[in-house]
Amino acid sequence: MVRLTESHLRIAPLSRIEGHAALDIYLDDAGNVADARMSVMSLRGFESFIQGRPAEELPRIVTRICGICPWHHHLASTKAVETAMGVTPPPTAVKLRELCQMLATIPDKILHFYFLAAPDFVLGPDAPAAQRNVVGLAGANPDLARRAVKMRYGMQMALERFTGKAIHPVAVLVGGFSKPLLEEERRALLANVAEAKQFALDSMALARETLLPPFIKQFQDMGEYASGYLGTVDANDNVQLYDGDLCLMDNTGVRTRFAPKDYLTHIAEETAEWTWLKFPYMKKAGGLKLEGQNPLGLYRTNALARVNVAQGFATPLAQKELDIFRKEFGRPVHLVCLYHWARLMELVYCCERAEELLHDPEITGREVRLASIAPKAGEGIGHVEAPRGTLVYHIRTDDAGMVTMANIIPGTTHNNAGMNLSMKMAAQKLIRHGECSEEILNKVEMCLRAYDP
Amino acid sequence: MTTLAGESLNSCAGCEVALLNLGETLLDLLPQIQIVHLPVLVDNKYYGQLGQSSRLTLPKAVVGLVSGGIRNTEHLELLHAMREQVDVLVALGTCAATGGLPALANLTPEKSITEFAFTQAPSLAVQGPNAPMPQPKNTSIPEILPQCLPLSAHVKVDMVIPGCPPHPEWIAEGILSLLEGRPAAFPSRSVCSSCPTWRKGTPGNGSEGNRPVRRMLEQPSYDPEAPLSSMQCLLEQGFMCLGPVTLAGCGGRTGSPKCIAARTPCRGCQGPALSSSIPSVEYVAALTAAGINGATMPDKPGYISRFNAACDALLQLRESTRA
Ligand code: SF4
Ligand code: SF4
Ligand code: SF4
Repeated sequence: MVRLTESHLRIAPLSRIEGHAALDIYLDDAGNVADARMSVMSLRGFESFIQGRPAEELPRIVTRICGICPWHHHLASTKAVETAMGVTPPPTAVKLRELCQMLATIPDKILHFYFLAAPDFVLGPDAPAAQRNVVGLAGANPDLARRAVKMRYGMQMALERFTGKAIHPVAVLVGGFSKPLLEEERRALLANVAEAKQFALDSMALARETLLPPFIKQFQDMGEYASGYLGTVDANDNVQLYDGDLCLMDNTGVRTRFAPKDYLTHIAEETAEWTWLKFPYMKKAGGLKLEGQNPLGLYRTNALARVNVAQGFATPLAQKELDIFRKEFGRPVHLVCLYHWARLMELVYCCERAEELLHDPEITGREVRLASIAPKAGEGIGHVEAPRGTLVYHIRTDDAGMVTMANIIPGTTHNNAGMNLSMKMAAQKLIRHGECSEEILNKVEMCLRAYDP
Repeated sequence: MTTLAGESLNSCAGCEVALLNLGETLLDLLPQIQIVHLPVLVDNKYYGQLGQSSRLTLPKAVVGLVSGGIRNTEHLELLHAMREQVDVLVALGTCAATGGLPALANLTPEKSITEFAFTQAPSLAVQGPNAPMPQPKNTSIPEILPQCLPLSAHVKVDMVIPGCPPHPEWIAEGILSLLEGRPAAFPSRSVCSSCPTWRKGTPGNGSEGNRPVRRMLEQPSYDPEAPLSSMQCLLEQGFMCLGPVTLAGCGGRTGSPKCIAARTPCRGCQGPALSSSIPSVEYVAALTAAGINGATMPDKPGYISRFNAACDALLQLRESTRA
């Protein structure tokens, strides 16, 4: 423990996450935490500068919002444009898109779990900062690290072989998909997915039996709160990642299903002076409070939210894992470290769903795109479930099919309030009487990493 | 052991994912490299590990890899700190090299960007002039700069690794050349030079001479069973393809251009080919040569400057239209 000499701590950059953020911790006279705030440091302006661009170009522009989940921006923006232009892509194209979403999500989850989060669990939150990373992980467990590196790489390359470009993809086009899946490509992908599925199951077992259990109590001690949850469900109320109704569960577990086009009825956004990121909240609560065990208006998204709002998974192995999870933790689950657990269940689901799609006779269909689309004025809302949470695109076009308005709510934005409250609570519990340590501050960041922002 | 520091500025982290896409090559490189700073993977902090320092510091390193352009005051502070602490400053990716796609923000006044996000977006609880806005002046968030610019607009850059993101082969080439103390061999020709599609050549002067640009609302024609070499050049098919003015190499040393492999046109993400000083002028010439009327392009800046909106010519244009 170190005696703090300053009453303001600035933890920056928050690390092993994707974006740019800083945590400011303010101490009171007794050396306890009066407030803690996570500031997101930049506003990149995509919503504004895509105005005036041809709508069909959107899917090729918005990918640059996030190089970790470009596919999800590629897909959600395409869906919004198609709604605005009133076109429906052929069924094979829809299946190819969902397949790509699964294939892109698999390496993303491996990246997050092994490269960003696992060093804390494997090396310990108190490992020296210089070792607490994937290089340290490779030193401590070379076989595991090499397997994770290979699996992530293998899936990225498989996706690239089929679609041309895996980071900042181009294969999804307004009106369909740019190329059909050939039989030999289908067989190659099946082999990749089979390997990934085994790795997913092994990772799930490792996390469930070894890595996560020692941390459950520690996270409980860092504060836990009830909140709302947002996710997407299919007609049978199962987890869906590509399409379906949105489902918002409130702090008391009451669920409301609604069509994505009605998002403005259920969600509103607040702003704050100290961060460039907005704060969505449940509209029916009438406002948002970043405090307490039962914070007003706060809802969360991403993997844990999705398994909270859904009844189950439509695939057997993921469902089996969910049964174990529910038996142990119930529903809804609020503990932030269980985001990792939920994320690995989704990794299993993505592999199973990819296999299912690859066995669908329609997947190799030749009709992958509408021949020609007339630009027109319209309004469209499109969404997908991204690894970081529900991703909403809302656009308007003019007669020439040019974008006139775009509103984007990415997963990390939905989780802004949740991430802030989790870190504030942890800081309040752990930093007492002006004493702190690197381990404590890393534990506060572990709360953030659970959200995979 | 060579020390390496990395920063992502106005970046999407795709360049860092591309670094990971070295796969096992990266694991083999690791014993030769010590990463002293790289926020996406490593926990080194700017204000000391306990956050008690009031001054931002970065560790010394031999190589500094920076992705992303310069868009706000924090990016600028970090860039200068990086320049001071590293021997070789590498601009990783198109954003760092030219501003990249996010520099399209330069076409919109920064005030209208913040106003849309914080006073007009349909999901805001409070819209209009009374909506609370982020206040960089009274808080610790950075201020947005009027323009998004490449690193070289602010400091001396020693090496540029092109691509959005760069092909892992070029990242490896950049790092290895530094480790081995030799010049790096990066691509220098245009995307078309490595494109396998077939070209008819100069169109006849009659009916094909003045065709309108086709938008990607139509379908290029090709046979999915047949190799890329049996597809006609997409520009000749009438689509906007920025291959003629874009630097080659997105497919690595031997691969086809990535978008062409996906049967879609190039949008210029590697940045301008070295030979083309003013891509917009050269591009219109390429369109004319293919018998296409450049004036029918629906959104000239959005196509031709998609990855190059920070280039001087455009900035000047913007200044002159303002005046
Ligand atoms: S160059 Fe491309 S991949 Fe790299 S940061 Fe910029 S947008 Fe992302
Ligand atoms: S214009 Fe495009 S399709 Fe034609 S040769 Fe160049 S890169 Fe290939
Ligand atoms: S074809 Fe053009 S847009 Fe596509 S990856 Fe290559 S350089 Fe970038």
